[in-house]
Amino acid sequence: MTRLALRRSDPADLLIRGARLYDPVEGLDVTADLLVKSGEVAQIADAILPGDGVRVVEARGRTVLPGLVDPHVHLRVPGQEYKEDCATGSAAAAQGGYTTILSMPNTDPAIDAGATLEAALERAETDAVVQVGFLAAVSVGRAGETLVEMRDLADRGAAGFTDDGSPIPSARLMRRALQYARPLGLPIALHEEEPSLTKGGHMHEGAVSAALGIGGWPGVAETLMVARDLRLAELEGAHIHLQHLSVRGSVEEVARARERGVRVSCEATPHHLVLTDEAVRSLDSNVKMNPPLATEDDRRALIEGLRSGAIDCIATDHAPHAIHEKEVPFEEAAFGVTGLETALPVLLEELVEPGHLPLDTVVRAMTTGPCDAFGLERPALRVGAPANLAVWDLEFPWVCGERPWRTRSANTCFGGRRMRGLCLLTIAGGMVAHEDWAERPMGAA
Amino acid sequence: MGIATRRHLLGMADLDPSDVERILETAAGFEDVVERDVKKVPTLRGRTVVNLFYESSTRTSSSFELAAKRLSADTVSVKAAGSSVDKGESLKDTIRTLNAYRPNIIVIRHPHIGAAQLTARWSDAHVVNAGDGKHQHPTQCLLDLYSIKKRLGRLEDVKVAIVGDVLHSRVARSNIEGFRMMGLDVTLVGPPALIPPGIGEAMGVRVADDPAAMAEADVVYVLRMQHERMEPGQNFVPSLREYARVWGVSSRRLRPGQIVMHPGPMNRGVEIAPDVADSGASLVEHQVEAGLVVRMAVLYDLMTRPSIGEVIDLRERTGEWGAA
Repeated sequence: MTRLALRRSDPADLLIRGARLYDPVEGLDVTADLLVKSGEVAQIADAILPGDGVRVVEARGRTVLPGLVDPHVHLRVPGQEYKEDCATGSAAAAQGGYTTILSMPNTDPAIDAGATLEAALERAETDAVVQVGFLAAVSVGRAGETLVEMRDLADRGAAGFTDDGSPIPSARLMRRALQYARPLGLPIALHEEEPSLTKGGHMHEGAVSAALGIGGWPGVAETLMVARDLRLAELEGAHIHLQHLSVRGSVEEVARARERGVRVSCEATPHHLVLTDEAVRSLDSNVKMNPPLATEDDRRALIEGLRSGAIDCIATDHAPHAIHEKEVPFEEAAFGVTGLETALPVLLEELVEPGHLPLDTVVRAMTTGPCDAFGLERPALRVGAPANLAVWDLEFPWVCGERPWRTRSANTCFGGRRMRGLCLLTIAGGMVAHEDWAERPMGAA
Repeated sequence: MGIATRRHLLGMADLDPSDVERILETAAGFEDVVERDVKKVPTLRGRTVVNLFYESSTRTSSSFELAAKRLSADTVSVKAAGSSVDKGESLKDTIRTLNAYRPNIIVIRHPHIGAAQLTARWSDAHVVNAGDGKHQHPTQCLLDLYSIKKRLGRLEDVKVAIVGDVLHSRVARSNIEGFRMMGLDVTLVGPPALIPPGIGEAMGVRVADDPAAMAEADVVYVLRMQHERMEPGQNFVPSLREYARVWGVSSRRLRPGQIVMHPGPMNRGVEIAPDVADSGASLVEHQVEAGLVVRMAVLYDLMTRPSIGEVIDLRERTGEWGAA
């Protein structure tokens, strides 16, 4: 059973008054009051009386969304706390309207043994303000050679397994991992990259890399491994979760595999949904990530994939790096960008507002999609459910980089871009995780 | 002078055709300076030029250093090997340190793209890119244009075949950009593994995977096979012997009147046959000579036009060369 950890404090008693309550999975889209009592959604109705000791939040014009779920975050715990830790990373998540995040095990040391996993979960219990789960590595030391003790890690609460940051080059090891993962009911999450094709690459191979003279890696480096692992998952009847798909070919492979009934879920990131390799012309190391930004055609394929259902998750791949790891020439810079605080705002501005994707699809891909993929309880605006929700001003305009970050790092790829929507209040696991009304003071509060 | 308008030469995109014409004319004016007995003019007296080289270099570093000295600038040459870079100092800290000496110009060569841009951001100097990774090497392009114009008397419509390892070549990228800007007609010739996919469309040139395409050209521009940038096992070429046989430029392949250029250093017997390198068709030594006067002209141009639209007359300090 996946263990989600966060710091315990007093459960919220709070009346959110007059907001639009929007939960497409519950079929809910009404303007009403929502009462949180002892950390649970106690009542949804018109004109609820607060009762004793219940704080009232006037939220007219605001929108309550179910808490977002990010299946792909790098909290850098253990060992790289100079980039991020459970406190700063979960605060960034709460600022972004997330109530559950899954952290990756490409840490120092890697989370490849029970004791390391438990230590990480204990840190989250001490420091985290949203629910944090951890995936464990597939291979010892993420070296791609020896399987971890998957049963032991599952028993101690691992949310799944991944060598994220690296591919699993050996098809045999991949097959073994699927054989052991299937009875555990946990997915293998895959960073798909054929390493012999990406060696020496720092960006997508194409017209832009040709003109700049930066080593490129071809989109098929991802697609080849996607195709391999879909076939292996089909062979073993196991569930794979494909991380951060970036090119059209990979989306096509997934769509075909879904028709064959392969158990697959997959992610697209906000940066691959919004930006292309044209952004690399700036030589800004903050647009360097793995997989790299691809072409406009690939970007459109990801958007179509979300619309068609081939892609079911939006994940940030929030990958914080310290300034000195990014303030270097492009080819020397670390791969990765932050994303928790900008995910929904950049998608609202770039995809929802112009009509490329409906809000319904985006919210599902940021809640239901990841929860179904990892067997997590879905945050819901439903009476009796634990309060995992956020109050948004969905129209609030801001410019990326002009607000202080909650994350310890600042390596956003959206610097200077217009954002839409700001999360004002987040309740995670029944407790207030984030609250900031300063931007637009509300009546009571 | 605002930081935003401080002029640099980071890539050919920093110049327009009139800038290129002006620099080539200035370079021509400097020819008699380097020919005379006392090879020095006082133009940049009291100015400081820092040459910061993170990669080994003979011709570019010596040429920049000499160019600055011919103009009477104070020069400091820093090589990464044997400097604080060996001790792990970051590019930013090195630039900030050198910037504390208030140099007027920093010339930088670096193995990675964008190092010159970052130098411009982190210093108060004018920055000249002497090669950043596989990206740009603008003074090489300028000296090549100078050499072609001097030999053929024109640039417009000159047909150039750039042959060989385009993938790893900053010279190729600067030259494609600068040659096209000045009206030359460019074809890339080489095996597909060494021609980056999409470059034809991206940079507006023809691409040929047949060595016979060299025959059309007025100028066969031979690129160096960059062994040092090729990791073992990449198999960019099956063997140097086969490369030389198929793509090497030999006298057998050239027709009369074609000229041959090479940015150096040459791999004799690989991309260029010795009989060609030493023949009258070869401009290689002229290119080196051109490198000196063109780099003098670039340093001069940055100091006389320190920011967009601003012109400072330094000619009273130039002694006898007297170019307009």
